[in-house]
Amino acid sequence: MTLPLGDSGAVLALILGFFFGLVLEGAGFGSPRKLVAQFTLRDFAVFKVMMTAVVVAATGLWLLEAIGLIGSGALYVPTLFFWSIAGGGVLIGAGFAMGGYCPGTSAAGLASGRIDALAFIVGMLAGIGVFALLFDGLRPFYNAAQGAPRQTLDQLLGLPVPVILIVLAAAAVGGFLLARRLEGRFGGPLTSAQVLADGGPSRGAKLSAQPRS
Amino acid sequence: MSEPRPFWNPLVAGVALGLVLLASFLVTGHGLGASGLFTRLTAGLAALVAPLEAAANSYLGGLVKAGALGGWITWEVLGLVLGALAGSLFGRRFRIGIERGSGVAPGNRLAWAFAGGALVGFGSRLARGCTSGLGLSGGATLAVAAFVFLIAFFAAGFATMALVRRSWQ
Repeated sequence: MTLPLGDSGAVLALILGFFFGLVLEGAGFGSPRKLVAQFTLRDFAVFKVMMTAVVVAATGLWLLEAIGLIGSGALYVPTLFFWSIAGGGVLIGAGFAMGGYCPGTSAAGLASGRIDALAFIVGMLAGIGVFALLFDGLRPFYNAAQGAPRQTLDQLLGLPVPVILIVLAAAAVGGFLLARRLEGRFGGPLTSAQVLADGGPSRGAKLSAQPRS
Repeated sequence: MSEPRPFWNPLVAGVALGLVLLASFLVTGHGLGASGLFTRLTAGLAALVAPLEAAANSYLGGLVKAGALGGWITWEVLGLVLGALAGSLFGRRFRIGIERGSGVAPGNRLAWAFAGGALVGFGSRLARGCTSGLGLSGGATLAVAAFVFLIAFFAAGFATMALVRRSWQ
């Protein structure tokens, strides 16, 4: 058997998406205040969940390639276009802090009842429409500073993949330790009761600091 | 109303997300995404409002001609919505409302959400992906592009939050 299966059918897409949404909502990522609390250093859940997921998936992919279950070059690896990808990252970071979501979490927010997520989604459609209208003029910037096709960190740095994985795992552990020092100082991670307090998000509940135990 | 169940521990959620992401690679050869669906929705809406212009557009035209919503990502995001709905209902965390800071009027929160969404929509097309499709999925393949994206995303998030903090209080 060789992986990936190359299945792009609806059934497995629905199942994968279902668990993706279940985890996002379970982590609290349907709540915009929980999400943006990353950027006030109050709640490191965004960093913790993303870094852990990257380390787990990257380690799994490396192991499966090492034992030959995944053919080399079989996975989709994005290519760097430095300015457009850095610029897009800046816009998404800024829009996330203003609007409270990214595309995937806005879908989770809407699914858990949040009307502000719908406003965010309408904004996204408008932003994508503007991009499409300006695309011809943006093309030079869009394609500028192209990196080596499908380049990975181990190729860029000339290091073996396990070394990269250990560095990423160390960064994740560092994030968890840093969070333990900082989160309490800024009120502590937001609980489900806090983001839903006083009858729900519509009441504009005040986020009181949680007593440290 | 009954008490909401607590959110998952971030370590548990992170491991679970990593396993779902790994499964996505093993099934499809690529990771999970989200912004692609909103691009397809934009193409579909444009085709309804202005069919000729939409088909002629250099960015969306291809999607319009191929059938805007006919992709893998449509089913995946539909699954995402169903999973988040199921999780919020089971966890007693489903509430219809506008989540905002106590000092922020509902209309202002919706305006901020729209403006932030517009930047994210534009940015996701510029970067050729979003936090999921480029940051998370690209990160799992150790793609250089993903880490350039993630560094820019976190730096801009902290910088912007320093400016807009009052819109959340």
